[in-house]
Amino acid sequence: MADVDATLTGNRGLALEEAVIFEQDSPGLSGVDLPQPVPGNDRLGGLGRSGAIGLPGLSEPQVVRHYLRLSRMNYGIDSGLYPLGSCTMKYNPRLNERLARLPGLGGLHPLQPISTVQGALELMDACAHWLKVLTGLPGITMAPAAGAHGELVGLMTIRAALEARGDARKRVLVPESAHGTNPASAHACGYAVESIAANVRGRVDVGALKAKLDADVAAIMLTNPNTCGLFENDIIEIADAVHDAGAFFYCDGANFNAIVGRVRPGDLGIDCMHLNLHKTFSTPHGGGGPGSGPVVLSAPLVPYAPLPMVERRGDGFALVEHAGDSSAHPLGRVKGFHGQFGMMVRALAYMMSLGSDGLRQVAEDAVLNANYLLARLKDTLSLPFEGPCMHEVLFDDSFLKDTGVTTLDFAKAMIDEGFHPMTMYFPLVVHGALLMEPTETESKATLDQFIETVKGLAERARAGDARHFKDAPRLTPRRRLDETAAARNPVLVWRPPPPQAAE
Amino acid sequence: MRYLPLTDGDRREMLAAIGVGSVDDLFVDVPREARRDGPVDLPEHLGEMEVERAFAAMAARNLSTADVPSFLGAGAYGHHVPAAVDHLIQRGEFLTSYTPYQPEVSQGTLAYLFEFQTQVALITGMEVANASLYDGATACAEAVTMAARITKRKKVVLSGGLHPHYREVTETMTRFLGIEMAAAGPDWRGGEDLASGVDDGTACVVVQNPAFFGHLTDFAPLAEACHAAGALLVVVVTEVVSLGAVRPPGEMGADIVAVEGQSLGNALNFGGPTVGVLAARQKHLRQMPGRLVGETTDVDGRRGFVLTLSTREQHIRREKATSNICTNAGLCALAFTIHLTLLGEVGFARLAALNHAGAVRLADRLAGIDGIDVVNDTFFNEFTIRLPKPAVAVVDALADRKILGGVPVARLIPGRAELEHLLLVAVTEASTEAHIDALTEALREVL
Repeated sequence: MADVDATLTGNRGLALEEAVIFEQDSPGLSGVDLPQPVPGNDRLGGLGRSGAIGLPGLSEPQVVRHYLRLSRMNYGIDSGLYPLGSCTMKYNPRLNERLARLPGLGGLHPLQPISTVQGALELMDACAHWLKVLTGLPGITMAPAAGAHGELVGLMTIRAALEARGDARKRVLVPESAHGTNPASAHACGYAVESIAANVRGRVDVGALKAKLDADVAAIMLTNPNTCGLFENDIIEIADAVHDAGAFFYCDGANFNAIVGRVRPGDLGIDCMHLNLHKTFSTPHGGGGPGSGPVVLSAPLVPYAPLPMVERRGDGFALVEHAGDSSAHPLGRVKGFHGQFGMMVRALAYMMSLGSDGLRQVAEDAVLNANYLLARLKDTLSLPFEGPCMHEVLFDDSFLKDTGVTTLDFAKAMIDEGFHPMTMYFPLVVHGALLMEPTETESKATLDQFIETVKGLAERARAGDARHFKDAPRLTPRRRLDETAAARNPVLVWRPPPPQAAE
Repeated sequence: MRYLPLTDGDRREMLAAIGVGSVDDLFVDVPREARRDGPVDLPEHLGEMEVERAFAAMAARNLSTADVPSFLGAGAYGHHVPAAVDHLIQRGEFLTSYTPYQPEVSQGTLAYLFEFQTQVALITGMEVANASLYDGATACAEAVTMAARITKRKKVVLSGGLHPHYREVTETMTRFLGIEMAAAGPDWRGGEDLASGVDDGTACVVVQNPAFFGHLTDFAPLAEACHAAGALLVVVVTEVVSLGAVRPPGEMGADIVAVEGQSLGNALNFGGPTVGVLAARQKHLRQMPGRLVGETTDVDGRRGFVLTLSTREQHIRREKATSNICTNAGLCALAFTIHLTLLGEVGFARLAALNHAGAVRLADRLAGIDGIDVVNDTFFNEFTIRLPKPAVAVVDALADRKILGGVPVARLIPGRAELEHLLLVAVTEASTEAHIDALTEALREVL
């Protein structure tokens, strides 16, 4: 950092430094005015807390300023292009936030009498209906809390169905390009995981898959479009082979944005697929959650779906909360209460806003935007697999060969240019992956600026200016952080500084 | 199509740059028989006003806790959330950011998660906490698998005071992992003996404080019994506000604490999303599931924060990870943290004291009604009463009078005659004297 930029405060104009709350403690202050409780007998049975907790005291304006300053150290979709491949960082409509906060929705307790929540059950049923029609599958569970949770619940549903026919099986096949959650979910369901190689076209090697399919395979977990951004064009042949082996076809729906409204997974032979409402259906990622991961199911799996279930009864709705109230063989409960209702509100508002026509346009524009990046960057970057791609485009790092610049360095230089980096080093099937997913909510002007920036940086890398990349980012609240030190000596909670030792 | 910025002119130019005639040419890898030429059978797009009307109509078919006296609890509590919380979590930089994998542009998220972890460790009396899980029930299931990994044992004892959803979720999520679950029967009077079920094959005992039925227990003797047998004690807390008044699990010898944090900063949301979190002893850190934020420095020597110990996680370790969790409850954790920061030491204790004092007042009032027994000797802000009639019918009759009178135990544990007349009643700072009057009067009428 050049001295000329040094300030007395460490602040740099609008870029303001901010200490953690524990360092802003004014003991006795509170940002909430509450009445003094009327003194009386306590019923804590001698188990009252003794001694201070150690929470800091701040007033409301200090708290608001603190979190506002922290927010300004973040990059969000609202800030600019966020082309994280496989994450579908699309615009999060503000209407959805308003609707989720309606007192008649956000203010509902999960255990009110069913007669007092008919509108909420109707909403869950409507959301389920849209998702079933869009995927062309007859059943759904709305219970899972996120995509990975949906994967696990889907696999558990498959396992329950297999066990019910006396055929538990032991293995799950997962392509090597899969998200890490896929093998982790299969393991959490008690299955051994076996990897399937990719072919030279970036798709599953169907021969290798068929060779591994036998009477011990419970399911295949495939992402389609896959994590190379490519549609598995042999998918129907794969589905037939999986079904012939008596196994189920699980599809990771993380990339559903590419085909929503244009292709129904049920038509591809898929039995089970989670939908990340926080990807395709625009609910906010919120810095890592909350998500929601409903799972759509083919007919043989429907009886084994987890609790609870919303059912139409006469002109109203019922909530099946216990196995004894169900005619099927439900898996059991996988989450407290009834799923991520607040996310269902947002997703339904999104689907109704776009409609069948708009959702189809979403897929088309998402795919168009990604192919536009592919077309305009393929001569600058290196493309491991020929297009067309679907909603995301994968490059590898061979364009950086002999420049001394890595994929990571390149991404950090993108940050200084005002872009969030693309997904890096994933999928693992190519070296130094750069996976870009622009989504449909980016304008052509934004994409053009991004393209010119990538081209300019690639030229700079090839011109031998590795220093520029190694030093990046320079313009962020913090520059590169020492992750090794953080892991070697984990400091996960704030502790007061030790008292100054007397000299 | 208000969310789509491309114009038809843009689309034409882009197709030309790509070198294809139409967007259909980009879908050539989809098998022909699976391509749909027209839209699916769903309604067409709507303007903001039309969508808003449709949702207002659905909302109007519900009875909101915001509009009537509510005494509902059982793991979800209607607390007052300060206005600043909801304003701040809707800052686009928080709301629309991803998991903080790029720390240089995510210091905001990382800093608040570090504060969250610290606050959770402080209020539970534990040494470390993670950066959130989905909810309390799944956190409980994760605590059990974590204990099984640490002890390399397979037997688990579940208290009859554990929330029935937590028990069911833990049973389902561990069903295929060879874990042997011994669940005690509903402990609605308190005082169950769990220690005698602990042996050298026990991975952990899972208890809840305050219990599902409201009573409080000193788990220090049970912790000792667990530790003597090489087992761990997992303590579940479904009402996090209780930690402002009640001795924390860490002081009772808990090894892992699974918390539902909804009460701080988060609306009821019909049960989700909420925020789960695990707190633990430092020595068990590497068996912990979920994300962890750690302090470090940048190349200029300034303090900053990063995601750390990610070699436990699925994106690095794949099938060998401690959990499959990826997305957690980041924004709900932010709401929790802002609310607790606003409260501070003094405010958190006072909030808890208000909740408790309100519950004591209501318990005394209800005890004065003929036919009602207050079951609990001890409680925080929720307790069990026995009614002279089945609780479901009473609650329905109260709902007809626009009062949400509590949660019948039979809603969660059906089919047991001895529980049919039991009702859980919760009080928070949002319950007014008028609400308490309304409930007691209405109960006199319907009983």
